Amino acid sequence: MDFISILSIFVLACFVGYYVVWSVTPALHTPLMSVTNAISSVIVVGALIASASAAVPGSKWLGLVAVALASVNIFGGFAVTQRMLSMYKKKERKDG
Amino acid sequence: MAEAAATPAWVLLAYLIAGVCFILALRGLSNPESSRRGNITGMIGMTIAIVTTLATHQIASLPEIFGAMVIGGGVGLVTARKIQMTAMPQLVAAFHSLVGMAAVLVGAAAYLNPEAFGIADMVGHIHQVSRIEMGLGVAIGAITFSGSVIAFLKLNGNMSGKPILLPLRHPINLGILVAILGLIAYFVTDQGPWVFFTIVGLSFAIGFLLIIPIGGADMPVVISMLNSYSGWAAAAMGFTLHNTAMVITGALVGSSGAILSYIMCRAMNRSFLSVIAGGFGAVSSGADAAAIDRPYKRGSAEDAAFLMKQADQVIIVPGYGMAVSQAQHALKEMADKLKAEGVRVKYAIHPVAGRMPGHMNVLLAEANVPYDEVFELDDINSEFAQTDVAFVIGANDVTNPAAKTDKSSPIYGMPVLDVEKARTVLFVKRSMGGVGYAGVDNELFYRDNTMMLLSDAKKMVEEIVKALG
Repeated sequence: MDFISILSIFVLACFVGYYVVWSVTPALHTPLMSVTNAISSVIVVGALIASASAAVPGSKWLGLVAVALASVNIFGGFAVTQRMLSMYKKKERKDG
Repeated sequence: MAEAAATPAWVLLAYLIAGVCFILALRGLSNPESSRRGNITGMIGMTIAIVTTLATHQIASLPEIFGAMVIGGGVGLVTARKIQMTAMPQLVAAFHSLVGMAAVLVGAAAYLNPEAFGIADMVGHIHQVSRIEMGLGVAIGAITFSGSVIAFLKLNGNMSGKPILLPLRHPINLGILVAILGLIAYFVTDQGPWVFFTIVGLSFAIGFLLIIPIGGADMPVVISMLNSYSGWAAAAMGFTLHNTAMVITGALVGSSGAILSYIMCRAMNRSFLSVIAGGFGAVSSGADAAAIDRPYKRGSAEDAAFLMKQADQVIIVPGYGMAVSQAQHALKEMADKLKAEGVRVKYAIHPVAGRMPGHMNVLLAEANVPYDEVFELDDINSEFAQTDVAFVIGANDVTNPAAKTDKSSPIYGMPVLDVEKARTVLFVKRSMGGVGYAGVDNELFYRDNTMMLLSDAKKMVEEIVKALG
């Protein structure tokens, strides 16, 4: 893909992000932060590419460390978000 | 550009689908009901991205990669399960620092082995566009890392929340920033290691220098800002690797953090630049010495219990103090007792209450407070006038009426909760001596309709629960 196509995707995604995030209810701003944390660890893709190639050992090890760090975030981020979201409950209607 | 032609269409499509999953994950957060489904969509997106990457690359050693994922994933899962909800701001800061570090490491790996990433020409020179993207990516990543580490230390209490003001910090910071940008430009013509690693080093330094002068209660802005940076770092890496999933995610996270910073700044009536410049609340003591002698009414737990039992409606205003003393569960018990007496109980939350956006909501949710009893500033502010008791627990500056009337006050113009309009204000505070974060005395303490409940927040609430019988 050339630079301009990627730039187009990027700019459009910024707009999508703008509208989607404004629609997030303020009560869920903390889960928003933890889930954005988890998804920004998609950077693991780059880490995997680096650690898959054995051509340059230094690069491979940097990649492996990055895989580990990003994994902390991916698993931890999604899990803690799920834990928080499961706490948000509506009023129980126990009439009578 | 051999790699562009070699990438099959289905791979590009898979990354695009992963990106769409992430958009849906955020979209789900518009409502607590849809949020859990959204989070699972996010996990699916991440799985697609990882599997696609592993399936399309020649992998020298799968066990090592697997090991790294298991170690990291295990640490993440255990932390996510064990962490106290009150420690959520620290955890988020720590997670940000990991994203930042991962970006730096990926950038460094790509620099050392550009062939693996398909960003080098035949003789091993990295494409010039890729150099700029890479330079920006590692710079933002490094700033995110060191900034988040400082934010973590401040939030976790390992470092004083007070602003640390170095002399000449503005010229120094500006100088480093210009140097980083200059080096990234120079990197295009010279891909020598010293250029690359100087960029990384200077960026670590400026992340550190940018965050140390910022005080504890400005952390909601800082943490949102670092959230944003972690997104831009991922996006820059996505540009380097020509990966749509990373670019889309980076844009989403970047704008998410930026919007949250904006919301937080607006809620404090401060400009983003003034928060970043730091030092707010550093000059606090001295001016308020005279104010401490003013007369105020002090009440007991029994008085508070009596007043609230008689009320038709009580609005609870929680703040950072509630989080510090872990009073949320006792508070819920108190609310239940009051509801049993026929009192309507609501919660009013200021956007900057606590140390991160939505901090109070999570703590109340943890204590099983139904989310439809919890209201935002704009939705509930008009109700204080028809409310019998406003119960302020651990909040201070966000209730200060001076923000509306006193033009000389540092918090003038900040939107505040109109608690003073309630018939009675019960104000739980540890002692009369301390001032809020902004370093200003709160006019509210000395009003006729205010009763001060001087004690630790949790202890006071427990005593009230006892008095309610």
